[in-house]
Amino acid sequence: MSGLPPYASTGQRVWYYSFRVICGVIFFFLIAPILVIIPLSFNAENFFTFTPEMLAFDPAGYSTKHYQDFFTNSDWQLALRNSLKIAPVATLLSVSLGTLAAIGLSQSHVPFRRAIMAVLISPMIVPLIISATGMYFFYSNPYIPIPFYGKLELPFTLTGTYWGVVLAHAALGIPFVIITVTATLVGFDQSLTRAAANMGAGPVTTFFRVQMPLILPGVVSGGLFAFITSFDEVVVVLFVGSAGQKTLPWQMFTGLREQISPTILAVATILIAVSVALLFVLEMLRRRSERLRGLSPG
Amino acid sequence: MTEVLAADGRPLKASLNRALRRQKLRALALIAPLLIFILVSFVMPIADMLFRSVENEIVSDTLPRTVQALESWDSSSGEAPGEAVFNALYTDMALATEYKSHTRLGSRLNYELTGVSSLFRKSGRRVKRFDTDVYADAFRDADPAYADPSQWAAWMGDDTVRAAVPVTAATYDAWAKMIVEVDNDDPAKEEPWDFVYTSLYNEAVAGASLPVAVDVSGVEPVSLREQFVEVDKNWLDIDVWQTIKIYAPKYTNGYFLNSVDLLKGPDGAEARPESERIYVVLFIRTMIMSLSIMGMCVLLGYPIAWLLANLKDRTANLLMILVLLPFWTSLLVRTSAWKVLLQQQGVINDVLVWIGLVADDGRLQLINNQTGTIIAMTHILLPFMILPLYSVMKTIPPSYLRAAKSLGATDWTAFWRVYFPQSVPGIGAGCILVFILSIGYYITPELVGGTKGVFISNRIAYHISSSLNWGLAAALGSILLAVVLLLYWVYDKIVGIDNVKLGG
Repeated sequence: MSGLPPYASTGQRVWYYSFRVICGVIFFFLIAPILVIIPLSFNAENFFTFTPEMLAFDPAGYSTKHYQDFFTNSDWQLALRNSLKIAPVATLLSVSLGTLAAIGLSQSHVPFRRAIMAVLISPMIVPLIISATGMYFFYSNPYIPIPFYGKLELPFTLTGTYWGVVLAHAALGIPFVIITVTATLVGFDQSLTRAAANMGAGPVTTFFRVQMPLILPGVVSGGLFAFITSFDEVVVVLFVGSAGQKTLPWQMFTGLREQISPTILAVATILIAVSVALLFVLEMLRRRSERLRGLSPG
Repeated sequence: MTEVLAADGRPLKASLNRALRRQKLRALALIAPLLIFILVSFVMPIADMLFRSVENEIVSDTLPRTVQALESWDSSSGEAPGEAVFNALYTDMALATEYKSHTRLGSRLNYELTGVSSLFRKSGRRVKRFDTDVYADAFRDADPAYADPSQWAAWMGDDTVRAAVPVTAATYDAWAKMIVEVDNDDPAKEEPWDFVYTSLYNEAVAGASLPVAVDVSGVEPVSLREQFVEVDKNWLDIDVWQTIKIYAPKYTNGYFLNSVDLLKGPDGAEARPESERIYVVLFIRTMIMSLSIMGMCVLLGYPIAWLLANLKDRTANLLMILVLLPFWTSLLVRTSAWKVLLQQQGVINDVLVWIGLVADDGRLQLINNQTGTIIAMTHILLPFMILPLYSVMKTIPPSYLRAAKSLGATDWTAFWRVYFPQSVPGIGAGCILVFILSIGYYITPELVGGTKGVFISNRIAYHISSSLNWGLAAALGSILLAVVLLLYWVYDKIVGIDNVKLGG
């Protein structure tokens, strides 16, 4: 596909160019809906389509009033604050537990490795509506059933609480951490930890001074995945959370379902900016990880 | 043969085994916190849901005596049960009304038979005002001891009295428990309620020896059957009793039967009336729509993956951004984009009108139907098809195609016979991934699907938050889960879960 050879027949030429056009159309399909949102969010009217003023590039047709609404409306601000309170804590939980487990999983003799892996990845595979249903039921119990023991009574229930949502989101983020960190550990040279131990470093020192810096790109990108999973999640928070835990996607969801207000477009544009930033960070991490791997032998 | 010894003098084999065991334990110790966390926060909730899809304790918990009395009732007799069952129902109802559990049971049984909910609510309101106070009065008038709460408590602590009037003793116990739990009172200071006297009267008539003999022959018996029927004629309806009897066991397959449009009848599963069949259609629709979304993703994803895999790295990386940006953009953002674009007054219709393809009054209905769901979800899931396809195509050496062509194959033959078979694993992985993801989708169909374009998951959500039929929601969820886990297993066989890659 790298260029047409000079001897290509007319048919081949036609196909070559029409294939490019087809691909162009598909790329347009992928990206246009997201890009269209951006100018629409600056609409001076409460319309969801381009007004004649906007098409004529008349400055009067554009305004930032929807952004002002977002930053002044207490509903949206509460939702933003909730999202920022839930996602980092959930991420921290899944990254710390997930990294430890990934290190354990990447050792050479792990019994039931496949089964454990399947369980740990399952939150990503099970449809969110099912996870949400199960969590809605289970988190409303004031106890934890323990096999062969009975019920461990709890003085609280998790439904409708901040910690309920955080736990649920942490569980959903774990597969991403496991996948990215184990992938990074595949390229990790185990003899480095042995060398560190040989020179008298304890397991903790070895972990923080030798292993951690090398697998950090994987951990961070796993964390970003976990963060975006929580930050973007609606279904579980709709079921497990209460009005007090209303997050940004929840507010967008109810906004889209009930009275669709153009403020949603402003929020969407801000979120697009966030994902562009995330994409950029991930790309940097990927490059750094490749560079580090190039340095380490094996 | 001498044993090989390690440096510390132990046999080498044992020493190695010990080291291996220690290594295994250390690995498990690292995994354990997360495993426990996932078990508690994720696996147990799923198990809870599975349990709820068969659990049905509410009937036997709320109406224990009625359920027992109903055992001897033959539903094919064509007659509503007799006085004994209504006696049991009276006690159960009187207690349930205090616990306020009769309305819950009513709404539970209402899922199976419409009208039961109001029947229970109505009867709950009236059950305290039944004419059974004549029994209480008769006993109190005959001997003041029957009006003395502490005397009652003493009797019920006496084993010989209990053995003489076992039903009354059991009823009294249930009443005393209720007095403590609901009213926070001391049963030894409260006079028993009418239904306790009713039990006592029934036993007296049957010839039991009372703690203080009372001649009850002069008391006009109150037919509880008539009392209930007076409240609501539906108590004579065989269907009501049949429903109670069918759903009496602690576990039921009723929810599962419901979710495949069957009905739990007296002789096992029956087909539901034509007008009430919705779930099989919905399951099939979910399947068909997921398959079409999957097909669209293959159709659109294959050329893109091919292009990316065969371009120079620099260009490919740049174009990859166009795939990854939607992948990373919030689901809600993409859904709102489609909601805005697809509206009748939205951008797409505006453009079509402007070009002149459709008339202004003939704007296309692109949203709130299946078209809307398929378009939006194809867009959302397309990256999940492109990324696995791309990583497989990256490994196919371009020289194979050149070799085929130099051996005389046409472009098409070379592609179809040489390239395509090698890309099939990528298609398989992408298809299963897209199918698994789309079959359980909730948000997008809910927002752009209207009524025709919704999936089974929307129905599950409806039963949890609106109709409150949790058992049915759990059964529908269990079926969906089984389908997804089957696909997950297939995916694991074909691709391997370890090989799941994220973001290229």
